Amino acid sequence: MPKAPPEPDPGPLAPREPNAVPPGTVASKDQEHVIKAVPVRHPGQWVAAAVLVLLGAMLVHSVVFSSVKRGTTVEGRFQWNVVGQYLFSPPILRGVVVTIELTVIAMAAGIAIGVVLAVMRLSSSTLLSSTSWVYIWFFRGTPVLVQLFFWYVGISYLFPNLSLGVPFGPALVHLNVNALVTPFVAAVVGLSLNEGAYMAEIVRAGILSVDEGQVEAAQSIGMRRIQSLRLIVLPQAMRLIIPPTGNEVISMLKTSSLASVVTVAELFFAAQTISNRTYQIVPLLIVASIWYLFITSILTIGQYFVERHYARGSARPKPPRLWEKLARNLFSVHPLRSGSPPFGDGTGAAPVSPSGAR
Amino acid sequence: MTTASGGDREPGTRRAQVEMVHAEGLHKSFGRLEVLKGIELSVAPGEVLCLIGPSGSGKSTFLRCINHLEKIDAGRLYVDGELVGYRQHGDKLYEMRDREVCQRRAQIGMVFQRFNLFPHMKVLDNVTIGPMRVKGESLAKAAERAHRLLERVELADKVDAYPNQLSGGQQQRVAIARALAMEPKLMLFDEPTSALDPELVGDVLDVMRKLAEDGMTMIVVTHEMGFAREVGDTVVFMDGGVVVESGDPRQVLTQPAHARTRAFLSKVL
Repeated sequence: MPKAPPEPDPGPLAPREPNAVPPGTVASKDQEHVIKAVPVRHPGQWVAAAVLVLLGAMLVHSVVFSSVKRGTTVEGRFQWNVVGQYLFSPPILRGVVVTIELTVIAMAAGIAIGVVLAVMRLSSSTLLSSTSWVYIWFFRGTPVLVQLFFWYVGISYLFPNLSLGVPFGPALVHLNVNALVTPFVAAVVGLSLNEGAYMAEIVRAGILSVDEGQVEAAQSIGMRRIQSLRLIVLPQAMRLIIPPTGNEVISMLKTSSLASVVTVAELFFAAQTISNRTYQIVPLLIVASIWYLFITSILTIGQYFVERHYARGSARPKPPRLWEKLARNLFSVHPLRSGSPPFGDGTGAAPVSPSGAR
Repeated sequence: MTTASGGDREPGTRRAQVEMVHAEGLHKSFGRLEVLKGIELSVAPGEVLCLIGPSGSGKSTFLRCINHLEKIDAGRLYVDGELVGYRQHGDKLYEMRDREVCQRRAQIGMVFQRFNLFPHMKVLDNVTIGPMRVKGESLAKAAERAHRLLERVELADKVDAYPNQLSGGQQQRVAIARALAMEPKLMLFDEPTSALDPELVGDVLDVMRKLAEDGMTMIVVTHEMGFAREVGDTVVFMDGGVVVESGDPRQVLTQPAHARTRAFLSKVL
């Protein structure tokens, strides 16, 4: 035992001093005890900042203001006038729409396929789980580009006519595959099936992250297996599923540019078509990149709100609201000195100690 | 798989129809590890049975067998006169389908050591989801009952809280309300106070005591000897997968007949 303190310790249960200072605010009493120390200086940071500002200025100059002699004419290095000319041109805008369509449809189908595959993979039935395993093995093991070509060229070569009917018996419906599989359909099918394999692993990880006790609790009140999956397990798995799925959506947005090889007129294809005609390759690459960056930014904001939704009931504090995050980054240089506590948004759960809520 | 010698099945079955829970020669193994080695046990309607014993003695496993969270390997287990998990036609047993198992489970409430509340739902939704999704009750009816039950466990002011905003004792009382919302005929408690801070145990035990006074049939796996003595109608001491001793709590807890019971009690009391 350490030496007895001069005053007896009131113990943890004793009421606090009524005017005790809550942590995080500046003490009003005992001013003489407030520490006013000279902070550690970081001269290296100033040097680094100066170098970065210089490099930044050079970059801006080169990108925005500099010009270059091409043949006999002198023109802006990045040809921003050309970028501006095509940024909102009808073929590019149509390409943007097709890119978004491809992304949304392939992602929605991919998520649906992924959930089914993940549940199959975790099923106690060997047939279901091994079927799922083979699917994932195949689609993760072959390049998307090859898969896209396969759906566009290969399928109508292998099965020019498809018939639906009794297996090995009479056919009921005849389908002309060539007419059915347009470039867009081939791209959607290829991207969806490939995405399903990746989503399956993400969803499986999410399901496995949910405590087994949750399933038992659901079963103990009489829920069917499918109910406990839908009402109890998947909503909780979402917290783990969403961040990598956001990644997948952004990845899909860009992977959809591969559909250009099967002549789908999406954003990259549209940009290429123009530059093939005008030989202004770099400006049109910039046009496409600006649109990809813009859509990605929108998706990132969307992901933030979906994450907030599924964080409800979590012991961990909710992520701060967007404006709070901005305000904190802009107005408080030193996080330790800013008045607001590092978490808690004032609306939801204040973090509570495990023993004494109320 | 199952042992049923024709001679003594008749009287057993008759007893099984009177008892709320009736176990005969119950065996359960996990791989090579035999956890239950022939449990014989009966619980009458309205009885409060406290299961005590060292960890690994099979108490929780037995409890989980009762609502078919675990499949039994041998023996017979009846709840309210009906076989658990199987249907019997003549001498043959047929495994029940998921739907039937769920219907049976819906009539048995279970409270877990670690509460297992649904963290993504508010307290009220935790209590209403069973009646609404399993029994197809209306929101109004389920919510009305939920409010009544939450009042009974003294948490009427917490309906809109999320489980993580509650203390362990409060969470466990919500879990009891959630189980009671299904209007079960039997309640199983799997060490309901073992994960709680000492000062929170009392509130949970009070709720359980009231429940016992209202005539609920209860099987309680517990280390709370005080509760077993005051509330239990019967105390069963299990060790090594068998029932070593059972009887009146005052008898078993103060004058145990077996050396193993004495050894256990001397450690926990």
